[in-house]
Amino acid sequence: MSDMTDLSTAAAEELHDVTVYVNGVARTARVPARRLLSDFLRHDLELTGTHVGCEHGVCGACTVLVDGQPMRSCLMFAVTAQDHEVTTVEGLCSAPDARPCATGERMNPAQQAFAECHGLQCGFCTPGFLTTVTAYLEENPEPTADEAREAISGNLCRCTGYQNIVKSVLRAAELRAERREETYAAQPATRHTGSVDGEAAR
Amino acid sequence: MKPAPFVHHAPRSVEEAVGVLGEVGHDGKILAGGQSLIPILNMRLASPAHLVDINRVTGLDTVEVTDEAVRIGALVRHAQLERHDGAYAALPLLRQALLNVAHPAIRNRGTTVGSIAHADAAGEMPAILALTDGVVEATGPGGTREIAAADFFLGALETSLAADELATAVRFRRFPSGTATAFAESARRHGDYAMAGVATAVTVVDGVIERATASFVSVTEVPTVLDLTEVLGGREPADADLEAAAEAVRQHVEPEADIHASAEYRRMLAGELARRVLALAAGQAAGHSAGRAATTKGSTSR
Repeated sequence: MSDMTDLSTAAAEELHDVTVYVNGVARTARVPARRLLSDFLRHDLELTGTHVGCEHGVCGACTVLVDGQPMRSCLMFAVTAQDHEVTTVEGLCSAPDARPCATGERMNPAQQAFAECHGLQCGFCTPGFLTTVTAYLEENPEPTADEAREAISGNLCRCTGYQNIVKSVLRAAELRAERREETYAAQPATRHTGSVDGEAAR
Repeated sequence: MKPAPFVHHAPRSVEEAVGVLGEVGHDGKILAGGQSLIPILNMRLASPAHLVDINRVTGLDTVEVTDEAVRIGALVRHAQLERHDGAYAALPLLRQALLNVAHPAIRNRGTTVGSIAHADAAGEMPAILALTDGVVEATGPGGTREIAAADFFLGALETSLAADELATAVRFRRFPSGTATAFAESARRHGDYAMAGVATAVTVVDGVIERATASFVSVTEVPTVLDLTEVLGGREPADADLEAAAEAVRQHVEPEADIHASAEYRRMLAGELARRVLALAAGQAAGHSAGRAATTKGSTSR
């Protein structure tokens, strides 16, 4: 009964062509205005790495980066994200500081740290933690344990008890700093010229 | 947990937005950050037929600091205001309170004006608008008007904004020199709705408290300002009768019980938080006052 009601209203709904730059690629889908960004990513673009938990902004599982800032994708409509840049967990492995891991896949420092420190068990909440932590370390590259705990206070995990997640945040900060050093060491020309060429190379 | 269908409007100007609101009336709702509205839509506690999405309206995302006030447009996100150094220098209370607004991911999206227009008694920023004796700037079909904080909040989630009016900006009034402010709240988990919260401003002139006020989060139906000058005024901050102030707070608040805390616990909490923030603000105001006296000696008083 309720399905039929939904179908009939869905048929009458106006559809919008929405283009969002997801992980560096322009992606377009035709969706109703009420399509949440989380569902747009999962259903329309088939990027199921973004997980949906509570759908009212409490659990943090659906956190993605919108123009680099962590936001709840369940609390945004796809139509409002039009023309904005979105980074999902799938996009983290193509960050400049991602490196191949034992399985051959690439991982950014947060992903590598969560794997090393057992920062996940079932993995449901993990995409939200990874996006949140990745953006947090951009602003606070050397957090204390207390700051790390505060940084993840908006994300719920029902498996780990958070101890290993806090460790993962601290480890991610270490990995991030190490990889930054490596990048500088490997690209002395870019670092020292600082010229227009150097800017363009980035 | 999906919103009911609605018609999406994406105006580019305030005039256009107000025009749409005028047409759709009570069937319309303004979408700014959506951090309070979208949960309500997702849970279908509300299902407006029209959403007027103002995110593409130009000119609403600025923070202006003047001698009298900090003025913020309707699209200024909490995080933007929190990080604005000019706003912090002019009115430290803004950052003091904003750090308690939900979690960073919510502050990145949610707007301060939207939070005020939502008028949730558990919201921090309505209490700050009240304490700063602030003003809401609203535009409707008939033009623009200003609404004082005292006239703005009518009840839980209810304001004096008309259905066809858009709150385009708010102005938080700055305090006179010699004033220090403090904010504290207590929640089960940092970033959650507070069980109780207290904002306070204490003005010290010539070493004695001249004025003290407080406003509250989660323990009054609408953001009200409690004037504590009679209780604390005329004394040096070190001699202030903080227990009497805490008692005045306990009598002023009207907390309700829920699964997080009983009404009595919230009342006790409000009193204790008030005692702490008053001590902090009074102490700092005394310091400022002493410092100013030393540095401005010999100059004409301002």
